[in-house]
Amino acid sequence: MGTRTVVPFGPQHPVLPEPIHLDLVLEDEKVVEAIPSIGFVHRGLEKLAEKKEFGEMVYVAERICGICSFIHSAAYCQAVEGLMKVEVPPRAQYLRVAWAEMSRVHSHLLWLGLFADSFGFESLFMHSWRLRERLLDVVEATTGGRVIFGSCKVGGVRRDVDAETGRRALQTLAVLEAECREITGVFEKDSTVRRRTVGVGLLSGKDAWSLGAVGPTLRASGVSSDSRSLGGSAYGALDWQPVVETAGDCHARAMVRARELYQSFSLIRQALEKMPAGPVETRVSGSPSGECIVRLEQPRGEVIHYVKGNGTRHLERYRVRTPTFANVPALVHMLAGYQLVDVPVIVLSIDPCISCTER
Amino acid sequence: MGVFSKSPWILHYDASSCNGCDIEVLACLTPLYDVERFGIVNTGNPKHADILLITGAVNEQNLPVVRTLYDQMPSPKAVVAIGACALSGGIFQDCYNVHRGVDSAIPVDVYVPGCAARPEAIIDGVVQALGVLEEKAAAPAGRGEGGKAVAA
Repeated sequence: MGTRTVVPFGPQHPVLPEPIHLDLVLEDEKVVEAIPSIGFVHRGLEKLAEKKEFGEMVYVAERICGICSFIHSAAYCQAVEGLMKVEVPPRAQYLRVAWAEMSRVHSHLLWLGLFADSFGFESLFMHSWRLRERLLDVVEATTGGRVIFGSCKVGGVRRDVDAETGRRALQTLAVLEAECREITGVFEKDSTVRRRTVGVGLLSGKDAWSLGAVGPTLRASGVSSDSRSLGGSAYGALDWQPVVETAGDCHARAMVRARELYQSFSLIRQALEKMPAGPVETRVSGSPSGECIVRLEQPRGEVIHYVKGNGTRHLERYRVRTPTFANVPALVHMLAGYQLVDVPVIVLSIDPCISCTER
Repeated sequence: MGVFSKSPWILHYDASSCNGCDIEVLACLTPLYDVERFGIVNTGNPKHADILLITGAVNEQNLPVVRTLYDQMPSPKAVVAIGACALSGGIFQDCYNVHRGVDSAIPVDVYVPGCAARPEAIIDGVVQALGVLEEKAAAPAGRGEGGKAVAA
């Protein structure tokens, strides 16, 4: 004991779909410290706001990340609409909720699969991704895209969902919801899943709060915080409650996401059913000036988009604070004291999205 | 049927992609598309790999990683660039930190367009890469890429 070994983890590593590098300082098998180093997917896209007009930046905002794509574009549009005092038509607000929740279901199913893969449960990984394809069919039917929706624009949304498409989407989702019960039941009760996740990567509510954790990482530690409660888009008019678990371990974080699947199905149903008739976009003219901050709930937690306009067609400053960035301090804290074999499970439990974080 | 078409092993690396193409690469391995039924296996080890799938435009930080992965792969090998960014830098080509596509770092054999590239297109790219591998295997020693990365 006492001899410390540094094990490099990443950037190219079988368990990581995305490149991040951690220097794991070990004493025997025990992790003493984890030192992250980043920059492998940094593109510098905030600075593109100086080269692309504010309307074109929606495409760039959506490509901050291919998993949380829609909500990034919605947050950017909402921020610019805030600057330009644009009133978005109610039908567009409801469509934004429906698509945002579809992107949450796709992201959570994707994550549940990757999480199962992190502890070697291959068949559960495959089942999660099989179900996710059903959801992508609905996304494709309503937006035309699979992972990049391309349906949000400043002033509203780019396309409408007609009654027939909406009805068929809800039918598919009802079947999908029933099938999801099977796999979330496995995540909840299966003994192999529980043995690898219960009591692993503990994070107390107090630590989660003081380290600035957001999203499911925070809610799994008993703190009820969800930026959808701010009532943006049509969330204020819909019936839902934030999902909270109290155990604060990897299993609780999985359960928050599993239960959020059903919350999202319910929100999609409500949004498509209650959606008022009318136009889906407002014509936008002029150039943005002033400052605006928008907070939205990504699948991974709260995202903040800040825009500053100077009265030209180009924004002066565009800044994004992503949920993974807020969760990394909590992750580094969680890793200390656990065994090297638990590192992949704990790292995945915050649902890291490096592409968002480094932009 | 040649040697490689039986079971090509694939290495995937995200060179500053937005994740869109990466999750489509992963989707190819999962039940709907299921390329494993053709013997295509995803490996994490470059020394086991025949085909390198690269997404993203390559940036300053991961340029050496991309070159190392390419050099570590045994010859003959094929490189498939996936998505608009990997082809030309895509929407990010004016960013200060990115190169204009994967072929500014290493030789590329197959280009798969799309933003994000669809799984069907990615599978087609891999099938074309099999042909490239056969050609390279049949070529006399010294031809082909020779395992050296070209300078940017």
